Amino acid sequence: MTDSEGGPDLTKGGPEDPIEPAASGDRPLVVVENVNKHFGELHVLKNINLTVDPGEVVVVIGPSGGGKSTLCRAINRLEPIDDGTILLDGKELPKEGKELAKLRADVGMVFQSFNLFAHKTILDNVTLGPIKVRKQGKQESEKQAMELLDRVGIANQAHKYPAQLSGGQQQRAAIARSLAMRPKVMLFDEPTSALDPEMVNEVLDVMTGLAREGMTMIVVTHEMGFARRAARKVVFMADGQIVEENTPDEFFTNARTERAKDFLSKILTH
Amino acid sequence: MFDFGPFFDNIGEILDGFWATIRLAAAAAVLSLIIGTILASFRVSPVPVLRAFGTSYVNIVRNTPLTLVLLMCSLGLNDILALKFSDNSSTTYYWWAVLGLSAYTGAFVCETLRAGINTVPLGQAEAARSIGLTFFQSLRMIILPQAFRSIIAPMGSVLIAMIKNTTVAAAASYAEVALVTKTIVDKPSFASGVIPLFLGVAVGFLILTLPTGYFFGWLAKRMAVAR
Ligand SMILES: Nc1ncnc2c1ncn2[C@@H]1O[C@H](COP(=O)(O)OP(=O)(O)OP(=O)(O)O)[C@@H](O)[C@H]1O
Ligand SMILES: [Mg+2]
Repeated sequence: MTDSEGGPDLTKGGPEDPIEPAASGDRPLVVVENVNKHFGELHVLKNINLTVDPGEVVVVIGPSGGGKSTLCRAINRLEPIDDGTILLDGKELPKEGKELAKLRADVGMVFQSFNLFAHKTILDNVTLGPIKVRKQGKQESEKQAMELLDRVGIANQAHKYPAQLSGGQQQRAAIARSLAMRPKVMLFDEPTSALDPEMVNEVLDVMTGLAREGMTMIVVTHEMGFARRAARKVVFMADGQIVEENTPDEFFTNARTERAKDFLSKILTH
Repeated sequence: MFDFGPFFDNIGEILDGFWATIRLAAAAAVLSLIIGTILASFRVSPVPVLRAFGTSYVNIVRNTPLTLVLLMCSLGLNDILALKFSDNSSTTYYWWAVLGLSAYTGAFVCETLRAGINTVPLGQAEAARSIGLTFFQSLRMIILPQAFRSIIAPMGSVLIAMIKNTTVAAAASYAEVALVTKTIVDKPSFASGVIPLFLGVAVGFLILTLPTGYFFGWLAKRMAVAR
């Protein structure tokens, strides 16, 4: 099942398919093609190509400063790119404005620092998007939010404020907030690296569950256990390039590139 | 010399003057908060024209003496250009005073609010955008509510300054308490007791501003956002 290695010639949706099969079929959900990005002089994304199929979980791993966060942020355009294309479910990301906002609603993003809305209760955090963006009714949104909070195991915290929750609980709330938008794909940028060790697993468990249920996910993480359990593909990024794409088992036991072997030897001895 | 007789002889007029001051301050408080919020939104917006407008407005208005702003409103716009809110002269001067004072205070509200916006972590805006809120939605629902909570105390200072600035509205021919006081002193029948009169009016201002300060201090504590 690992035959999805970045072939550029995939059935890319274009203007010729007006009816969108909601994130289904065999068309890839995320296509990143020849993407470049600079921060001033610094070339942070160097000709990146990546394809993510529906239901696929891709783990992105690599040394600090390699461009992993920038790639994630480029995929929902929190960071503009210099050139190349990014297609989401066959559609190119619009430049700015309402269209972009609409598209972003389909891409869930979970941040390292949770970023729950500090002045709103957990429940309000989760219902805000459905009510204001999806224009869902309040009751329906709250019912759905409670189900999601229950699923991530913090239904009893619904009426608290983010600062009253532990890091692990906050991150699970943030995942519920993303899920409430019924996203086509979820991006996780080091979701567990700001957590105390004893809270890492409660978040990873939620993520593993999501992966099992078929959520398409791009996860920046150094959690090898999660990668092996949940990912179909590991992407190793360093110096702004994708250096290696491999299956988790192959990657962790028998990486093909020297750069990856070197990196792994460093994180494994810690 | 410290006979408070004249103060109490004129207490009726003075209280009317204070009432006029309160009406001016209350309307200007609301309007300047609105103007300041709009200006601050402009100044942080991604649209260059709006940003440029916000910046120019603040820089021009903040650096113009309030007396001049108010004279411009009353003499320039009302009297010469005849842009009147009403045929009743006290009503039209009242609204010009409200407008001038708010236009001026709005620039300070904007800058205070902008300082507040800077205290809101970037991640809040990113999370808001990532769930699909537009720029103005995230400003209105996520950024501004948190920004306001962080600047309640300094906003109190801006409003206290505004309350004291109402006295300049005399320049706009608006009969607030300072103008009333001056009229009393200028009466031929007024012999002595200027200092007690001024002291009385000063205490009147303390009665307006001290509770304002305490109220904002209390509100700031109550509304603080825990992070
Ligand atoms: N807003 C920015 N302005 C300028 N340079 C930036 C900005 N954001 C990131 N960079 C730089 O771009 C490079 C890639 O950063 P990025 O955050 O994508 O790396 P990363 O792989 O996520 O690293 P980490 O593991 O530390 O999170 C780094 O050198 C970083 O300093
Ligand atoms: Mg990063």
